[in-house]
Amino acid sequence: MMGQIIFFCLFVLAVVIFARNARRIYKNIKLGKAVDRNDRPAERLKLMLLVAFGQKKMFKKPLPALLHLGVYVGFCIINIEMLEIVIDGLFGTHRIFSSLGSIYNGLIYAFEWLAFAVLFSCITFLIRRNALHIYRFSGRELKNWPKTDANLILIAEILLMTAFLFMNAADFKLQQLHHPAYHHAGAFPVSQFLLPLLPESVSTLVGIERFSWWFHIIGVLVFLNYLPISKHLHIILAFPNTYFSKLEPKGKFNNMSAVTEEVKVMLDPSLPSPTGEVRRFGVKDVQDLTWKNLLDAYTCTECGRCTAACPANITGKLLSPRKIMMDTRDRLTEVGQNRTKNGDFQDDNKSLIDTYITREEIWACTTCNACVEACPVNIDPLEIIIGLRQYAVMEESQAPASINAMFGNLENNGAPWKYAQADRANWTNQ
Amino acid sequence: METTLHIPTVAEMTAKGERPDLLFWVGCAGSFDERAQRITKSICKILQHVGIKYAILGTEENCTGDPAKRAGNEFLFQMQAMMNIELLNGYEITKIVTACPHCFNTLKNEYPNLGGTFEVIHHTQLIQSLIVEGKLKPADGNEFKGKRITYHDPCYLGRANEVYEAPRQLLEVLDADLVELKRCKSNGLCCGAGGAQMFKEPERGKKDVNVERVEDVIESKATIVAAACPFCMTMLRDGVKAKEKEQEIQVLDIAEITAKANNL
Repeated sequence: MMGQIIFFCLFVLAVVIFARNARRIYKNIKLGKAVDRNDRPAERLKLMLLVAFGQKKMFKKPLPALLHLGVYVGFCIINIEMLEIVIDGLFGTHRIFSSLGSIYNGLIYAFEWLAFAVLFSCITFLIRRNALHIYRFSGRELKNWPKTDANLILIAEILLMTAFLFMNAADFKLQQLHHPAYHHAGAFPVSQFLLPLLPESVSTLVGIERFSWWFHIIGVLVFLNYLPISKHLHIILAFPNTYFSKLEPKGKFNNMSAVTEEVKVMLDPSLPSPTGEVRRFGVKDVQDLTWKNLLDAYTCTECGRCTAACPANITGKLLSPRKIMMDTRDRLTEVGQNRTKNGDFQDDNKSLIDTYITREEIWACTTCNACVEACPVNIDPLEIIIGLRQYAVMEESQAPASINAMFGNLENNGAPWKYAQADRANWTNQ
Repeated sequence: METTLHIPTVAEMTAKGERPDLLFWVGCAGSFDERAQRITKSICKILQHVGIKYAILGTEENCTGDPAKRAGNEFLFQMQAMMNIELLNGYEITKIVTACPHCFNTLKNEYPNLGGTFEVIHHTQLIQSLIVEGKLKPADGNEFKGKRITYHDPCYLGRANEVYEAPRQLLEVLDADLVELKRCKSNGLCCGAGGAQMFKEPERGKKDVNVERVEDVIESKATIVAAACPFCMTMLRDGVKAKEKEQEIQVLDIAEITAKANNL
């Protein structure tokens, strides 16, 4: 009975804290500007099923894709087991679903192999990340906390799966010993190999089984609440993020309608001046981004496929699309905390541009869309980079000198170079 | 065989009470850059050869505003765009072919929001349809037969607009030894010119993007790298020069290759 009460309290606490964190993230995302991503629902659903559910873009790199698939399928399906654990915890039952008989045995059989797949993949990932020199796992933005964060997640998953398998192994051994509380249930193709490691004493076995059970469920509840402060939110946000993807060709950038109004008046002064007050052209800080840019930032799991494909990054420039996303998320978190503390946002003399992302980074971009193409969950770092450029150019007139010269040529000669418009067709006579 | 070119302008045609079926948007590079002018002429030769009633805007043409848009100058971009749209709509232009993927992308994707809706194709798409229709056929003993040729995907044709097959099909009819670069199609590596990089010095780094790209070309052992963008052309040629491979590797636009293979 005591166990049930403790379980109930822990469970409710974990869900409440998670709900609060989820609400905080939702509010932060809502700080972004409006953008309509609700058109063409059937197309969006299909995209989500292919890219997030079906992991289509992951398979550009087959080896990590297969390993990741193991963790992904394992995670999704082992959640059925979680349902049983929660019911058992709340009602003091043991393996409540075992009344399903052979179906149950089949499920446990599958869970065991999936747990093994998760364990195998996570250990491989840990080695890849720390011992092998893989380009996308290096980079200046992946030092300190982001590196620790990634390792903590892998270690947590390894521990959770180990606890799961030891729980099953101890249960299996107690079943073999005909312990009255452990009726015959399940199939243990993986954990049977752990039996030689277990002691013979029944009370110790019960201790191991109970410890593993509690460790597993508390671990999962802690992990649930670790998600919102880690890079790991992609396991949830990958789905909405792909659903709300940009559906137009990648080469189509946003049209700034506020500019259109002004340009129309410039070309035809007889038109009435635009009425809507534009707060700012381009992006200075996270509030100038759209909610989709902010959702992108929370969805990013820092895998670095974007950065490894970026022509600027691989030739040694400072720009890293992954860092753009991490900076956006970190600044958004900071702005969110500022708002919570002060009731509304109080100027902190910081901004996304300069404090987080330097000019050198934004001007190194070739707008080639390689980062957008590479992202397995359809994040768009390019849109943020262009927004920052728009702020630098239109609000501050701060572009590299040669870019300003190009603007001047365009304005005066109708070409980016210093050639006279009248000479444009000279080639026809040469 | 050197074809004598007659290149009509829309203004001339209009004066005669005619209208072109197709507008050839030459672009700034195609108009002013000496190397790109040769691509422009190849396209004109092809258009003339197949008898399409086409015209250029000549001195009335203006930059699409692409480099301004990618560099964040939305005002300048929209000014350029609206002036061009007014001109194009005034001439009742409906179909445009471009020699440059940047012009292609901007006319096709960015102009509709500003009141300019046209059918826009890139020259590789036009040439592909001409080959399918049987209007272009490489000569049997064409000089590309058996040559090792590779193709560099321009970002604004490939990833930006997912045109991957048309340019490849143009090369396939040559009976050449085609080889893909290790980074190709949706994974293609930029030449380094996009996003207005063409008009500025690169930021500090270990190497230039075009050199990184030409290393892919060298690895492919191709003797000809086919391009489909005047900016890629400049970048690849500079990269080949930097690697001192001018004797071994030629950079040619697909339009030039097609024109030569058809003895135009």
